[in-house]
Amino acid sequence: MTAAIEVRAVEKRFGNVGIIRDLNLSVAKGERHAIIGPNGAGKSTTFNLISGHIAPTSGEVKLNGDLISGLRPFEINRRGLSRSFQVTNVFARMTVWENVRCAVLWATGHRYAFWKNVDSLPEVRERTAQILDDIHLTHRRDVPAGLLTYAEQRELEIGITIASGATVVMLDEPTAGMSHAETDRAVSLIRRLTEGKTLVIVEHDMSVVFGLADRISVLVYGHIIASGTPEEIRRDPKVKEAYLGEEAH
Amino acid sequence: MNTATTSTSKMAADPAGGSLRFYGVWLIGIAVLIVLPMIFSSGGSLTSFSLIGIAIVFALSYNILFGQTGLLSFGHAVQYGLGGFAACHMMNAVVSHGWPIPLPFIPLFGGLGGLVFAMIIGWVMTKRAGTVFAMISLGIGELVASSSLILRSVFGGESGITTDRTALPKMLGWSFGPQLQVYYLIAFWLVLSAIAMYALTRTPLGRICNAVRDNPERVQFIGYDPHVVRYIAFCFAGFFAGIAGGLAAINFEIANSAYLGAIQSGLVLFSTFIGGTAFFFGPILGAILVTYLQLGLTNLTTAWQLYFGIIFIGIVMYAPGGIAGLLMMHRPLIRAGTLWTVIPSYLVAIVPTIALACGVILTIETVARFSGGDAINLFGNAFNPTSPVTWIAAAILVVGGAFVARLTWRRIAEAWDRAATVARDRGYLA
Repeated sequence: MTAAIEVRAVEKRFGNVGIIRDLNLSVAKGERHAIIGPNGAGKSTTFNLISGHIAPTSGEVKLNGDLISGLRPFEINRRGLSRSFQVTNVFARMTVWENVRCAVLWATGHRYAFWKNVDSLPEVRERTAQILDDIHLTHRRDVPAGLLTYAEQRELEIGITIASGATVVMLDEPTAGMSHAETDRAVSLIRRLTEGKTLVIVEHDMSVVFGLADRISVLVYGHIIASGTPEEIRRDPKVKEAYLGEEAH
Repeated sequence: MNTATTSTSKMAADPAGGSLRFYGVWLIGIAVLIVLPMIFSSGGSLTSFSLIGIAIVFALSYNILFGQTGLLSFGHAVQYGLGGFAACHMMNAVVSHGWPIPLPFIPLFGGLGGLVFAMIIGWVMTKRAGTVFAMISLGIGELVASSSLILRSVFGGESGITTDRTALPKMLGWSFGPQLQVYYLIAFWLVLSAIAMYALTRTPLGRICNAVRDNPERVQFIGYDPHVVRYIAFCFAGFFAGIAGGLAAINFEIANSAYLGAIQSGLVLFSTFIGGTAFFFGPILGAILVTYLQLGLTNLTTAWQLYFGIIFIGIVMYAPGGIAGLLMMHRPLIRAGTLWTVIPSYLVAIVPTIALACGVILTIETVARFSGGDAINLFGNAFNPTSPVTWIAAAILVVGGAFVARLTWRRIAEAWDRAATVARDRGYLA
């Protein structure tokens, strides 16, 4: 079976500085895969490389067996990969409803249509309502996204990411900055909404990582030093030394 | 006050309950356009209404770029002017070839003129938004405006291209010689264009334009190419600007290089911003006010552009949402029933604010006419610009007015905060 995401020998240099070196990563379909690593290890850069935000200097990225490295972000998104951002990245002046609806439009085939009334597209309306219900923001539907609380914006961020119905979902630190209760809420939300999908998640909170992930990859200085089940990662001496050593109490 | 100005929503948001009110607003607008020349039937008013109608179409087309898609253009008059030239050439061609195309169809060709140019130039222009787009638009504006003086066969040089609208085939017995008939033609196209442009904001493309305005980066991760979105928006804006240009060509029976220039581009930016870009009707208010002021002030004072500048700076600094933003920030208070708590503070502020405004006007007029030595006639009172009394009066009005006005403005802010808090508690304000 082809992997959902296959990263092979990817390198990214900014000038002479190699941020990512010889990155190899394989995420099977339907897997929940977490990428962990110390600050500055290149986790977000890895996300950007896979999602097309930046192009790799060399190496290749495949999505469901098709080469996607070098494609533009929207081309990759149209092939069924959707990502969220570490820093909240919503449409601030538009309402919650409109934020989600915009994310639904391409996937429902309406594209750049300027001959259809957006309010009278039943499948768009139903899907948007469903997503809002899923992320528990129905009661805030008419509020401009910029006026939401931080936790609500993070939930909206997830809602926008999953709205297109992408089969591969990448979440960049979805619980960053959240309180304990908010994190628990977010985790159960993520678990529910990515049911049957491939999930790649970057996360600092180890309880989230070990509670959610089927497999974990550890990224240190732009290189994956270990990849395996949570149990394998917990036991791996290299990981202990490089990363968990400081964190595991 | 901040929360209210940042909150933006659109006209007639509620799909069911608001629809009656929504269509009501449009029908009232149409009724006003029909009745207006019956109440104000003088030649001067008809000319003013015609110019305002053209300015509204132009400003609405500009807002497709600026307010909807976040593209700040300094050269929108290019599409307007080319629309005007296209309309003039078309009218002359209709006359010389004897084509059976009556005048009311001519603005469509103006629109096509604007559209074709936008399609050609737009792909390169809209590759980047922000400063890059603004700079390129400025460059293209200068380029086309100067070409219009060089390419004489197309643009007619300094004198421009003239035409005769009455020479076209009549429609329903209308020759379009009288200004009244031209007014109705403009009003017809105004309604048609306004409906089309409003409808555009309610389409998938229109919504994605807003998304591109808010966050072009994120748009790429929901499947859209922001470049394509900007390009299509640019083409639509070009089309409707061309219609406005075509209407102007019909109205003046001429198209010349002034149509395409930086002044025209600046004026439309000005109108749109003063009216307010966050609401569809904002540019309509702006176009009405700016055109009206432009027509009125030029007769009253030589320093009319100075007043425009002051109004513009004032709006940018104190009311970035424009007139529409100022009006609409009261909506949640009306709904929450707390507007009446704010009104008294407004009434108190009126007197010192007017005093301040009079002081500023007196100062400007005194300075503007000092060299000439003409007497100033303000609100029926004559002032001598060389007299120290005038200078002292101006100084007292400005300084005293500003001092007292600041205190009253603070009271408005406090009253607003209280009213907004109540509105928030009652759930009418986010």
